[in-house]
Amino acid sequence: MSSMHGMSDTLQIVKRNVKRNFRIPQLLVFSSIQPIVFLLLFNFVFGGAVRGTGSEKYINFLLPGILAQTALFGAIQTGVGLAEDLTKGVIDRLRSLPIARYAVLAGRTFADTVRNIFVIILMSSVGALLGFRFHYGIGKFILAICLVLFFAYAVSWVSANLGLLVKDSETVQVAGFLWVFPLVFASSVFVPVQTMPHWLQIFARNQPVTQVVNAVRHLTQGGVVSGSSYVWHSLAWSLCIILIFAPLAVWQYKKAV
Amino acid sequence: MADSSGEYAIEAKKVSKYFGKVHALENVDLTAARGKVTGLLGPNGAGKSTLIRVMTTLLEPTSGQVTVDGVDVLRNPAKARRHIGLAGQFAAVDDFLTGRETLEMVARLYHLPKKEAKQRATELLDKLDLTDAADRQTKTYSGGMRRRLDLGASLVATPRVLFLDEPTTGLDPRTRLQLWDIIRNLIKQGVTILLTTQYLEEADALADYMYVIDHGKMIAEGTSEQLKKSLGQDIIELKVKDAQLEKAKDQLNKQFGGNAEVDELTRRITLRTKNGSDDLLSAASALKVAGIKAEELSLHRPSLDDVFLSITGKKAEGDNL
Repeated sequence: MSSMHGMSDTLQIVKRNVKRNFRIPQLLVFSSIQPIVFLLLFNFVFGGAVRGTGSEKYINFLLPGILAQTALFGAIQTGVGLAEDLTKGVIDRLRSLPIARYAVLAGRTFADTVRNIFVIILMSSVGALLGFRFHYGIGKFILAICLVLFFAYAVSWVSANLGLLVKDSETVQVAGFLWVFPLVFASSVFVPVQTMPHWLQIFARNQPVTQVVNAVRHLTQGGVVSGSSYVWHSLAWSLCIILIFAPLAVWQYKKAV
Repeated sequence: MADSSGEYAIEAKKVSKYFGKVHALENVDLTAARGKVTGLLGPNGAGKSTLIRVMTTLLEPTSGQVTVDGVDVLRNPAKARRHIGLAGQFAAVDDFLTGRETLEMVARLYHLPKKEAKQRATELLDKLDLTDAADRQTKTYSGGMRRRLDLGASLVATPRVLFLDEPTTGLDPRTRLQLWDIIRNLIKQGVTILLTTQYLEEADALADYMYVIDHGKMIAEGTSEQLKKSLGQDIIELKVKDAQLEKAKDQLNKQFGGNAEVDELTRRITLRTKNGSDDLLSAASALKVAGIKAEELSLHRPSLDDVFLSITGKKAEGDNL
């Protein structure tokens, strides 16, 4: 009974947030243009220099990375949106209603996943125009996209914590780049990690973004990066992140002033 | 079970809230009689909103007890929320939703079935005179329309206890009167209302009983009449040329035993008096003897403003209507 309410509460909040994403067009436009710009820039600027990665074209190496990067950048918006709702009093309005405590947060993270689906389909299409091909069938490609979305969903919860903690949307935005940039650049997103200094390689090889990106490469390019262990590792990372940060966010939400 | 027979719809006992070293609320008691409007007055930062947030389950107090409509708010917040309507001073309404969508969403969050939610939204839009704007995004709404919509959201579940946190702050006088009408209609329907406001005329016009809070402590309570009577005295108010202000004050202090006060803002001298018109005459002649010309001189019963000034040492923040 109460879990039914929880689901329907969450659904209402998802609806509200999806409307927000689509009715404030600049939000959607910029959150999709930004990764496209990244894709084009990196493909044409670094493409020539980063040959010899094994794949015939840089775009095949790059796109899986850019998808993970998009997921991370998109996750920043989860915290930004929550902080905005806090300062505008929307959260107070919702907290005064007899709804499930987790509904507001779950609604936000699910709605951001909806936006991510849109952006990732868009990115894949642009990637295809630039020559990206997946070699192991549509099934594995969809699985790869699901891995990215699941990771994005997990990171959304990290961002939600930040939003609830900082409570100021601009600060969350700036702080967001602070933790996202090292994760994106000290990884296998843009370049193979072999050229990095040894100490950085240890971090770069083992952090979750690399696991996700390598899993996607494995599922779409096969032999380039071998080993389905990346798939399991990335799943485990996402799951662990959710298990830690979702309850923490709900706890913070309960206490939010 | 909710105790609906009790005399009080809201009872707060010894509520304290500390934020670190800041004592936002200190042993505050408050009761609100069923079906009446209780006013909560105080300067900015006095603790009004903090107390409202505690009573509406948004904030956990450091200590104390609160029951609303017979439900223990601290032990059973989820249940209390079903009895409570809250309209906040920020008019927490999403810009990008239409008025109708806002109310339908809130209705659905109160777990009304879809059809009833739609019906309820239509009803409320009509009641709050928002039908024409119902399907426009609320970013096109005026301040008054937003407040009405926010009030509408708090009425979705026909709550028996309604908390209105500065419902008219920042509204123009005409819009404010419109909201007063809506509030009066709610009272007719037997809703218990707790109203915070910076506008003393608003409290005077709407509240049956009021509390004055300052620095997190309750410093006075009573009906408007009781509060005014508590000052006990009439007030002589006069205005002289600035150059003569000090001299006039000294003269009056000599005459009336150090009772004269100068309001720094308005540059007026006020004087509490026991013998109304007699004192007015002797004040006038004392000034004349000293060669001071009074530009204005009047005698009046204390207003709620005077009460506020006298007990908080501050003027009420709101502009007069």
